[in-house]
Amino acid sequence: MLLGLATAGIVLSALVWELSRPKVAVRVMRARARAREGHGLFGSSRGGARELDYDPGRERRAEQRARELLRSCVNEHEWSMYRDLGFLRVYGRSGERYAYLIYPHKPIVSYVPRTGALLSEYCVAFPDHSRPYGSARLPDSDDVLAKWMALRADERRLIADANMHLPGRQVDPQRVRRDLQRLARWEHEQAGGGAAAARERAVA
Amino acid sequence: MRFLRLKPGYGEIVLAEGDVEVAEQERALIEAFRRELDAGMWAAVPTETSDGRREAELVKSFAEVPRDAERVIFFPRAAGGAR
Repeated sequence: MLLGLATAGIVLSALVWELSRPKVAVRVMRARARAREGHGLFGSSRGGARELDYDPGRERRAEQRARELLRSCVNEHEWSMYRDLGFLRVYGRSGERYAYLIYPHKPIVSYVPRTGALLSEYCVAFPDHSRPYGSARLPDSDDVLAKWMALRADERRLIADANMHLPGRQVDPQRVRRDLQRLARWEHEQAGGGAAAARERAVA
Repeated sequence: MRFLRLKPGYGEIVLAEGDVEVAEQERALIEAFRRELDAGMWAAVPTETSDGRREAELVKSFAEVPRDAERVIFFPRAAGGAR
């Protein structure tokens, strides 16, 4: 009797295992795939323990640091321009005959300050192929700083390295014209503010 | 003198720091400089002219870095963007 029950139990267990084996195999495969995806997106395995690197505040803190560095490199007028308008205007090496607008992660736009005519778009990027945290993109303000340094240091080289297009390829010309109007108003206010402050100082 | 590197997800990080007048520290700076250029970085030195204008200078060797420079900023080499 006991032997018969034991034999029946073994046979039943074998039957259940055979029936459930495909489902178990599929679940194991899915779990491994999920683990691989998690490894690629969020972290790396170090010392056998999976470290979770994903941090939603990282980009914000990186941008905060980048803004401080940019501020320490450009002059006060340029910093205020970037802070208030979101882009930098840099004159060309040959004086004020032409200038560039530097946007974060957008092409550099050249134009004629006297007429506002748009000249070209220069598509340039500074990809970090080491891809820390999965991205090759610098924080916005670091991208602006890299463009600013490269333009100030070696305008011709940067322009030669860039892909040149007619205006409108990536940056909407209407937006650029609006930005130029904003810049003109902003500079007018800055000049007015400076004059008003000087008058106040003189009165005081 | 401090070596900074612009890095995705970080902002800048400090790669090396040292006094160029101390031989051992200068050697460490030179090594760090070479390492970054070998990794394909550009190196720029932010400067200020006598009239207060802010500029930057791209340098290709440690010898080109002004001795009194406070920092050298490394950043990925420029590449043409979207075609």
